[in-house]
Amino acid sequence: MKNKKNIIYTAIAIVVYLLLFALVETGTASRQMQNLIVPVLVNIILAVSLNLIVGFLGELTLGHAGFMSVGAYAGCMFTVSCNLPVYIELPVAFVIGGLTAAVFGFIIGIPALRLKGDYLAIVTLGFGEIIRSILNSMDIVGGSGGLKGIEKSGNYTVAYVLMIITLIVISNVIHSCHGRSIKAIRDNVIAAESVGVNVVYYKMFAFVLSAFFAGVAGVLYGQNLGILKPATFDFNKSIEILVMVVLGGMGNIKGSIIAAVILTVLPELLRDLADYRMLFYALALIIMMLFSSNPTLVEFRQRIFSRSKREVN
Amino acid sequence: MALVDIRQLGISFGGLRAVDNFNLTMDDGQLYGLIGPNGAGKTTIFNLLTGVYKPTDGEFYFDGELMNGKTPIQINKKGIARTFQNIRLFSNMSVIDNVKTGLQAKYHYSMLDGILRLPKFGRMEREMTDRAMELLKIFDLDGEAEQLASNLPYGKQRKLEIARALATDPKLLLLDEPAAGMNPNETAELMNTISLIREKFKVSILLIEHDMSLVMGICEKIVVLLYGRVIANGIPDEIKNDPKVIVAYLGE
Ligand SMILES: Nc1ncnc2c1ncn2[C@@H]1O[C@H](COP(=O)(O)OP(=O)(O)O)[C@@H](O)[C@H]1O
Ligand SMILES: [Mg+2]
Repeated sequence: MKNKKNIIYTAIAIVVYLLLFALVETGTASRQMQNLIVPVLVNIILAVSLNLIVGFLGELTLGHAGFMSVGAYAGCMFTVSCNLPVYIELPVAFVIGGLTAAVFGFIIGIPALRLKGDYLAIVTLGFGEIIRSILNSMDIVGGSGGLKGIEKSGNYTVAYVLMIITLIVISNVIHSCHGRSIKAIRDNVIAAESVGVNVVYYKMFAFVLSAFFAGVAGVLYGQNLGILKPATFDFNKSIEILVMVVLGGMGNIKGSIIAAVILTVLPELLRDLADYRMLFYALALIIMMLFSSNPTLVEFRQRIFSRSKREVN
Repeated sequence: MALVDIRQLGISFGGLRAVDNFNLTMDDGQLYGLIGPNGAGKTTIFNLLTGVYKPTDGEFYFDGELMNGKTPIQINKKGIARTFQNIRLFSNMSVIDNVKTGLQAKYHYSMLDGILRLPKFGRMEREMTDRAMELLKIFDLDGEAEQLASNLPYGKQRKLEIARALATDPKLLLLDEPAAGMNPNETAELMNTISLIREKFKVSILLIEHDMSLVMGICEKIVVLLYGRVIANGIPDEIKNDPKVIVAYLGE
């Protein structure tokens, strides 16, 4: 049964790629549509990686754009400053971007061991904003004017391969004993410890892995657009990714993919309504928070509506 | 050497002396009852033994080793597993995954095995599935293996918690009011199962109950707690006729 599933997923992955290939190479898709393919794939990587923390580990973070930006700058600085053939340069850039973001994931993971829910959300929000301010004032990366002259080597094939790698890695982690530990922590920390789950290790791991892929997505974004501006990685970007995760369903990888596609393509189609985008996100989040049965949200509601009990019975 | 050796264990919460001068020794394979009215300090003792609370006084030796200062995770690895008075399942995971989470320490494989689906991943997962199904069968839960834990009826959730605890292969099992919320039939059946798992798994059991009559039949020895202090300790017949116990329970 597992094998059958794998075959179906592989088939879908190939068909989707061939479809993209046909759309782009035959020129069927408009320029506007073609330019959307990589951003969609970038957002899928971001949403699926954030889902690891928010949906599977059950911690609310608002700094995913921060991880994305440190990865983007690290990876793209590398490609800008060295002159290697693209097939060497690009993979190395992704690894550099991913690892740099992973280091920040580790640093942010430390407070996550002590802080819960709303407090962690505020710390991560602060992290994202601090990173952005620092990038804004760093002249070697172009300051607020941005890092320019990045080779546009991140095409849709590269992006697609990275997305597939992300999906395979995160999905395989989730469906292994390590993913089970992460979900156990989400569902009940005290019970998880009582059966020997190493809570510190798995929380850290989830943050590091999630940040790694956010960093990779950042590099991909930069290598596709050719320019990086700190303003792109603001609080709104983190919220946008969070909305994808929440709308797609926390702990639901397929949902994250679908939500990322819709929420990237739709605003582009409805350009005139772009001003209302944040309003829509806010409404969508509030509605989901109120009606979702996800454990994180249920717990969040309970905390808001009643004082939490610390006793272990 | 006794498996469990608790000496003058005590804890205070602010001014409240929740447990005071608690002594207990348990041998391998023993089934001990810990009874007392609500608020007597029974659950607090479990939290002390499992490292959730740090004792303010006394020592706890397990298998000859001092357990004071160890974390819940370390204590579980040493061979102590527990259930909770207020059920704490991994409610958004399947029944079988709850048990597998308990098995994982013994059937471990690396992150790389998991991500790349190396042969060890498949082998360990298969072995875990087999073992988990055996455990579920004992508690008559094998039919619900793929259901969400939160969808189980109350009595079955309690059983699943015991199965999950047993999955960690403990030498000592701490059960906190496992029959709470069950009807008399379910309770009788559960008490049978508890006797059975003791034989089958060669595990010592410390069983909390506030209803004295439930444990009289299956426990070899019983310790009675009142306001954090031991008021009686002995075989069921002695406990039944102990005037202090009778007063404590009539006075409730
Ligand atoms: N974390 C805690 N903080 C303060 N008081 C506590 C805490 N845990 C237990 N207590 C108190 O200790 C006493 C014993 O509680 P408990 O062990 O739960 O009783 P039992 O399990 O026998 O019903 C109660 O008065 C309870 O309020
Ligand atoms: Mg209790």
